[in-house]
Amino acid sequence: MRPRELRAILTFPTTTDAMAMERYCLSHGVAGRLIPVPSVISAGCGMCWSAPVGAGATVRAAAEAAAVRTEGYYELVI
Amino acid sequence: MIYFDNAATTLVKPPRVAEAVVQAMQSMGNCGRGSHPCSRFAAGAVDEARIKLAAFFGCKRADHVVFTQNATQALNMALYGLLGTGDHVISTVAEHNSVLRPLYRLQREVGLELDLIPADEKGTLRLELLPKLLKPNTKAVVCTHISNLTGNITDLETIRRFTAAHQLLLVVDAAQSAGYLPIHMEQMGIDILCVTGHKGLMGPQGTGALLLREELDLRPLCTGGTGVQSYLREQPAQLPEHLEAGTLNAHGIAGLSAAIDYLNDLSLERIRQQEDSLTARFYEGVQKIPGVRVYGDFSRPHGPIVSLNLGSWDSGAVSDALAEDYGIATRPGAHCAPLMHMALGTEVQGAVRFSFCYHNTEEEIDTAICAIAQLAAE
Repeated sequence: MRPRELRAILTFPTTTDAMAMERYCLSHGVAGRLIPVPSVISAGCGMCWSAPVGAGATVRAAAEAAAVRTEGYYELVI
Repeated sequence: MIYFDNAATTLVKPPRVAEAVVQAMQSMGNCGRGSHPCSRFAAGAVDEARIKLAAFFGCKRADHVVFTQNATQALNMALYGLLGTGDHVISTVAEHNSVLRPLYRLQREVGLELDLIPADEKGTLRLELLPKLLKPNTKAVVCTHISNLTGNITDLETIRRFTAAHQLLLVVDAAQSAGYLPIHMEQMGIDILCVTGHKGLMGPQGTGALLLREELDLRPLCTGGTGVQSYLREQPAQLPEHLEAGTLNAHGIAGLSAAIDYLNDLSLERIRQQEDSLTARFYEGVQKIPGVRVYGDFSRPHGPIVSLNLGSWDSGAVSDALAEDYGIATRPGAHCAPLMHMALGTEVQGAVRFSFCYHNTEEEIDTAICAIAQLAAE
């Protein structure tokens, strides 16, 4: 099994929002990528943005700048 | 084959459309049904197509672009989602059955009240009658942007002023105008726009869209899987998933996305100039042939459609002769527009519809004029 690490997780209500987040982050060099939503949390969309935990504030700011709807922010060991 | 049945579907598609579909079929997973690269590629392509369509049609929010199979599905979603018992709606005799049949069904099943704006002998809608049709429970005006039979363009600005003055919703069937006329929902006061992808937009068949004004809610016509909020018992509230149940036609949507790129590269203005030029050439050529009767009002702005009859010939026989003897594809019969045929007095004979696209040529137009002249002389 791969080692688990603490990650910043941002969840979204729809796929459209998840894709908008990915588009914004890729074009603005924001750390992270889309991953399946971990089973310990629930979210509308099956994808969430996962980033190093130190980038949590940057990720949340990116979502706000991109006008992306979010459901929750978590810091999880996954 | 000279193809003049573009109002049914455009035959010539930009090569990039087919290329996009093939690439999608070879590489896409299911949009919104996973986070692996193949699924994300599909979701990204669909999302990009929403953004392009929103910009193309002046829809404020890309997530209010809902993909459908065609304009008919979009219109059914709009009408069933919007109208119910106790509502009154105003529509027109220029409508396609994609509007009329859902409205008739709502009349039968839930008691929807329906009034239709009549047309004059040239098929022009008598919009001066709009105020007389207004009732306290009028909820919406539903109208086509261009008649699929006469090619007459509906005066949407007059209708917009009416709907704005009385706080009514404006639902527009743009099956014939999308890809020909510029459409900006916000500027034109359109609340719901229904388009198909395979006609003027030059995309694949099986694609279309319903575009909604911000904050407008529709009851879903279809419910089911969305890939999001799976434990909800009802359809998710957020658009576009609220109205998109089941796997999308992402392969087709990729093609539609490429078609929008093509239209933007070419420009609608250039397309319209070419189609207007071909339509005028054809109209001028056929209207002076003895025995030819052309329908529609060519003294006003007019779409790339010309319908006609030769004497008392059955329109099906004329269309068949054009196809068999001259290699010219047209559409005879009723065109799913029964009320406009009744307004024109052609419900028995039908009419032969010629509909043009950007890729048609003046030589093709001249060949068709000669063919009609020869048939008229028989």
